[in-house]
Amino acid sequence: MSHFLRRQGWVSGLFALLIVLFIATRIIQPGYGSGDFGSLARAVLPYAFAVAAQTVVVIAGGIDLSVAAMMALTSVTAASMMAGASEEYALFVVPFVLTMGLVLGALNGLLIVVTRVPDIVVTLAMLFVLQGAALLVLDAPGGGAAEWLKALISGTVPIPGLPDAIDAWLPKALLVLIVCLCVIWIPLRRSRLGLSIYAIGSSELAAFRSGVPVKRTRIIAYALSGLFAAFGGLALTMSTGIGAPIPGPYLLASVAAVVLGGVALGGGKGGLLGPIVAVFVLRLVRTDLTLLAIDPNVTAIIEGAIMVAVVMFGAFITMRGRQ
Amino acid sequence: MSTSAITPVPFGRRLKRFMADRPLVPLIILLVILVVILQILRPGIVNERWIANTIKFAIPLAILAGCQTMTMLTGGIDLSVGTVATVSAFIMATQIVNQDPVIAFLLAMMPAVLIGLINGIGVGVFRVHPLIMTLGTSLIGTGCLQVYQRTVIASGAKIPDFLAWLGTGVTWGFPNALLLFIPLAALIVFTLARTGFGRLLYAVGDNERATRLSGVQYWQVITALYLTSSLLAGITGLLYIGLIKAPSLSLAEPLVLPSVAAAVIGGTSIFGGRGGYTGTIIGALILTVLTTLLTILQMPEGARRILFGLIVLFVTAAYLRIVEER
Repeated sequence: MSHFLRRQGWVSGLFALLIVLFIATRIIQPGYGSGDFGSLARAVLPYAFAVAAQTVVVIAGGIDLSVAAMMALTSVTAASMMAGASEEYALFVVPFVLTMGLVLGALNGLLIVVTRVPDIVVTLAMLFVLQGAALLVLDAPGGGAAEWLKALISGTVPIPGLPDAIDAWLPKALLVLIVCLCVIWIPLRRSRLGLSIYAIGSSELAAFRSGVPVKRTRIIAYALSGLFAAFGGLALTMSTGIGAPIPGPYLLASVAAVVLGGVALGGGKGGLLGPIVAVFVLRLVRTDLTLLAIDPNVTAIIEGAIMVAVVMFGAFITMRGRQ
Repeated sequence: MSTSAITPVPFGRRLKRFMADRPLVPLIILLVILVVILQILRPGIVNERWIANTIKFAIPLAILAGCQTMTMLTGGIDLSVGTVATVSAFIMATQIVNQDPVIAFLLAMMPAVLIGLINGIGVGVFRVHPLIMTLGTSLIGTGCLQVYQRTVIASGAKIPDFLAWLGTGVTWGFPNALLLFIPLAALIVFTLARTGFGRLLYAVGDNERATRLSGVQYWQVITALYLTSSLLAGITGLLYIGLIKAPSLSLAEPLVLPSVAAAVIGGTSIFGGRGGYTGTIIGALILTVLTTLLTILQMPEGARRILFGLIVLFVTAAYLRIVEER
């Protein structure tokens, strides 16, 4: 147990923080119930996918500044394809958009590997390219989404044999998130490829000398990031019913949650669970601040301050640990 | 024959080596090519007025790119420059209404000092990644600005005549902003190349551990660096408000990513230890001319952004290839 706690110390701490925040929320707003939790899960969904996209790349020792723009592009593509189309057509749109994310992500990785330009610059350039492409697809928010897609993340999961009171705490959005992430992440983590991703993040030279195909692994890491970002874009279209070509605040939020989630920015450390819990923590803080009727602008200040404080604290801890 | 003893070096190889030794040459060639393309597309556009205008718009970008150059030399980055510039500009424009200009100026510089100090302490003492630290402080700065805006909504804003003169005025064909920029640029170049502080920046970026073991107080260098960067950004904000003449809550934000691009195009390594400010200035000019070029082509906004991204990527890749040849 103590071994587990030490290894998962950061994540356990985050879970504790999350529980404390839930209790705080109940104290602030005694009526906070399952319905509010459902809307929290829905609000978290795009953020969580953005964070997953960032996490994979950061573990591989890089950074992806184009996450938000990728989400915007996939979102408008999905929305404009589904506008006025039949419900069945969406069955084709979803895999198409996901493949698009995968390919564009792989393009990111390929450009980094081939041109040897620093990843920050390549993804920065891609940020402009993807943003421009999103504006070409739709120059104003619009489009549509299939009804079954929208229904996929609203409401709760009915599980037979469980009373409604517990059922109500299982929003579909949360289930979609868990399923999508687990289906990709768990097999990856257990595979050789997953190990390679950690290896190149930890030390590229050591990985290369141990026979890890560094270039291929890097491209795959960025491709996975693109795939997660495409999920995020779809989630945006699903929750709003439209696509918006201007990227939301997902880049900053994803980097913040990755750091808060215990993934070292140098690469090679951390997992997916921490950042996902961190997203819930960050969103719940925002909910609490709204419930406390604090000016939304002050909320932005508090969020930024929390982020900076947490990062400083984390850096301080690692420094103490090293000495 | 005495010449046959020397194996002739192929011309292409020699050209490449020449360019690698003088990294500024390919950049200047690129700038000239862009201007020539512009002249071909729209004959007669390249005149005295156009040049003055281009320089006017390149200067704020060049100063912000200077912040990036200095921080990138140590392996960092300063993404809070946009927010700092915006905050300074906004405070200046609103405080000048019923304050003495000197006091308004000091008030406008306060947030720059504060954000710079926080950045420096976070990066230097707590060892936070500069990207995260500066993103975080820029988030806080934007939030504070929005709250502040609420308190001054009644008093309105005005652009001080002096800043308007400095930002937009042209004397004998030279933009007045050069009066500010030339000393500033000379100071940055001099600091980087000839002073101990500049050498420390290169040293920290090249090998931080070795620098610390040699007895350098790392946190002092970094704090001074981020403070300088923030102050420069604040001054840029004042210059930019004189140029744009409309205070807004996201005034200088669009300049942040191009400022990083300008520094990278100018040959500064994002991993630290290599680069200089003269390249950055030309990088800023290239980006400004490029923006004009894309505007003149009358493409839709989306296509313009795509081209901008692709060109930044292409130029950086080509430039790295040339410089790495040596």
